[in-house]
Amino acid sequence: MGYQIHIEKFNDALKALASEYNIYAPKRFIGGGTYSDTDRIRYGEIQSVEEIVFDVKSEFSYKEILTPISQTLFYFTEDEVKEADGPTKGAIVFLRSCDLHAVKRMDDIYLRNGFEDFYYKRIREKTKFILMGCQEAFESCFCVDMGTNTCTNYDAFVNVKDDMVYLDGTFTDLLARMEEAVEVTVSPDFVTETKTKVHIPENLSLDVMDSSMWNEYNERCIACGRCNFVCPTCTCFTMQDVFYEGSDQKKTGERRRVWASCQVNGYTDMAGGHSFRGDKGQRMRFKVMHKVHDYKKRFGYHMCVGCGRCDDICPEYISFSACINKLSDAMQEVEK
Amino acid sequence: MDINTKKLKKNAFRVTKVRGITASRVRVPGGLINAEYLGKIQEIAEKYGNGTVHITTRQGFEIMGIKMKDIDKVNELLQPIIEGLDINQEVPGKGYSASGTRNVSACIGNKVCPFANYNTTNFAKRIEKAIFPNDLHFKIALTGCPNDCIKARMHDFGIIGMTMPQYDASRCVSCGACVKGCKSKSVGCLSAKNYRVERNAEKCVGCGVCVNACPTGAWTRSQKKYYRLAIMGRTGKANPRLAEDFLIWADEDSIVKIITNTYKYVTEYIDKNAPGGKEHIGYIVDRTGFMEFKKWALDGVELPEETIMKENVYWSGIHYK
Repeated sequence: MGYQIHIEKFNDALKALASEYNIYAPKRFIGGGTYSDTDRIRYGEIQSVEEIVFDVKSEFSYKEILTPISQTLFYFTEDEVKEADGPTKGAIVFLRSCDLHAVKRMDDIYLRNGFEDFYYKRIREKTKFILMGCQEAFESCFCVDMGTNTCTNYDAFVNVKDDMVYLDGTFTDLLARMEEAVEVTVSPDFVTETKTKVHIPENLSLDVMDSSMWNEYNERCIACGRCNFVCPTCTCFTMQDVFYEGSDQKKTGERRRVWASCQVNGYTDMAGGHSFRGDKGQRMRFKVMHKVHDYKKRFGYHMCVGCGRCDDICPEYISFSACINKLSDAMQEVEK
Repeated sequence: MDINTKKLKKNAFRVTKVRGITASRVRVPGGLINAEYLGKIQEIAEKYGNGTVHITTRQGFEIMGIKMKDIDKVNELLQPIIEGLDINQEVPGKGYSASGTRNVSACIGNKVCPFANYNTTNFAKRIEKAIFPNDLHFKIALTGCPNDCIKARMHDFGIIGMTMPQYDASRCVSCGACVKGCKSKSVGCLSAKNYRVERNAEKCVGCGVCVNACPTGAWTRSQKKYYRLAIMGRTGKANPRLAEDFLIWADEDSIVKIITNTYKYVTEYIDKNAPGGKEHIGYIVDRTGFMEFKKWALDGVELPEETIMKENVYWSGIHYK
C-alpha cells in the first residue's frame, strides 16, 4: 500500500518536519555552474518538492551531507580540546537508488571498517533517506550492471507526477503527516536497462597494472580530482590543522577533515617529501581498481554504484565506464 | 555615369578600384547570424556580384563585384537580411541607413566559449540598437574575457567581460587548482593561506579562471556581470595605440549610456573640416582633453558602487606625426 497526496499537502508535511530535520535534495543553483550563465544541480536545503530537480542528474552527490567537504572536528588551545558541535537537527535526504547503495559503502567504511567514526555516526544516525524514483536512466548511468538500480532499504520513496506525490515507506514522522491522502498501491520507479553498459572481467587481477591501457591517461588526465569529488562512494579525506592567525603565537586553532582525491597531486606525499604514483595513468589504475576490484576483496561487493557522475564531470571527457570496458583486453594483454 | 558617392557610401556600398563597380557591406551585430541569411548573401553574390564574398575584419560580409546600377536591386535583396538581423533602418527596402558607425563586433562569448563571462552577442545587439544608424565613425567591440580575442583594445570602446569571483570556503579542499590556474593562465592574484585561498582584489582582472579550475564549486561567478571599459584605442596612420582602462567592474547600463553620450560629445567637438566628416574619436579626445570627454560621457551615468573609475586616462602608442 501507499499514498497519493497533492503536492501542496506533501509540502505542508515537509514544512512541519523542518523543525526537526534539515531537508536536502538535488536543486538548481541558478548561475552557480562552472561556466557563465550555467546552473549547477547539487544538494542543498529545500522547502518544497518543486525545488527538487528530477530531470537532471545532480553534479555532486548526497555525500556532502554525511561527510561535509570541509568539516571542523575540534578546536584546540595548548591544553584543551573542544569537539565541534554536530548539526542540531536530523537530516532528510532525497536521493536515487544508486546513491542509496552508495550509503552502504560509506557505512561500511565509516562504521564497519574497524571502528565507528564518531563524526560520521552522529550525522548518519539522525538521517532519513527518501528514494527518488528513476523512470529512465540518464545516458551515462550503468546502475543495472552494478546491481544498484533497485533497493528496499529506504525510509520512504516518492514518485512525483504532475501535482501529485505517490509515496510509501516506514518513515512514520513523514507518513503520519499525510493529510487528505488517498490510499493507493504504489511502488518506486526503478530502471531495468541502461544505455551505458559495463563488463568487469571475472579474471581481473592486480596484474592489470602492467597493462599499457593506463598510458593514455598520462596524457589525457589533468589530475583535477573532479571524478573523486562527485563520486558518491569516494570517502578519502585529509586532515588540516589550522592555527588561527593573530591568536597568541598561533597556539589556538582547529582540526578539519577535508575531502581528498587520489588523482590530485599531493595525495601520495609522505614525510620527507617523497611521493609515489606520480603517473596520472597509474592514479587512474589505482582508482579504477579500487572501485571494481580491491574494495570487493575486503567487503565482498563492488564499490562503484554506476551513477556515472565521474563520466559526466570529466573536463577531459575521460569515461570511467569506457575504462572498465577496456579491462578485459588489458587482462589478455598481461596474461600473454 | 552619374553617381552620388556620398550617398552610396552612406548606404554601405563602397567606391572601389574599378569604375562603376561597388561592393555591398552587410553588418552582423555581435557576429551571430542565422544560416538562412548566408543563403541570401550567396544569392546576391551570384546574381549581382562576381560570386565571391569577403569576410570583413568587423564580422560583416562584403559582397564584391556589384555593378553600381544594380544597387537598388541589391538593396531589395538585402531587406530580409536587414530585418532578420534586426538592424534599425530609416527607409525599408532601401538598404542600410548609414555606414559611419561600424558593425558592433563581438567574440563568440558565452554562447560557446568556456572562458567568456557574458553573452557578447546580446550586449553587442543592445548597443547596436542604441546607436545605429549614425554617420559618426564609431568602432565598438565586445570580448568575453580578458583574453580579448576580438581585440577590443584596438577600438574606441572596448568592452571586456569580468566576473567577481565568489569563494565559498566551506567547499574548498585546498587542492590548489585555482592558485595554480591564476598564476599560469592569468595574473596570479590568488594565494594559499592557512589552507584557504586569498584573492588580491586589486590585482584580480575578473577573468574567471579560478571558477573554471575549481573542482568542487567553491569558486563561482557573481550573479552580477561586470565589464572593463577600455577607451580610445585605434589603428591608423598618425598615432596607433591600445585603448586604456576607463572603468573597471562597470555595468551594462552605464556603458550604453556612456557610448550614447559620446555621440553628443563628438557632434559638438568633431573637426568640421574632417575629410568625409570622419574623425576618430580618440583624436577629438586628444584635442579637447580627457576631462572634457569625461564630463560629457558621464552625464546622467550612475556607476555601481563597486566600479573603479580612472580619474584621468593617459595613452601611449606610436607617434608618426
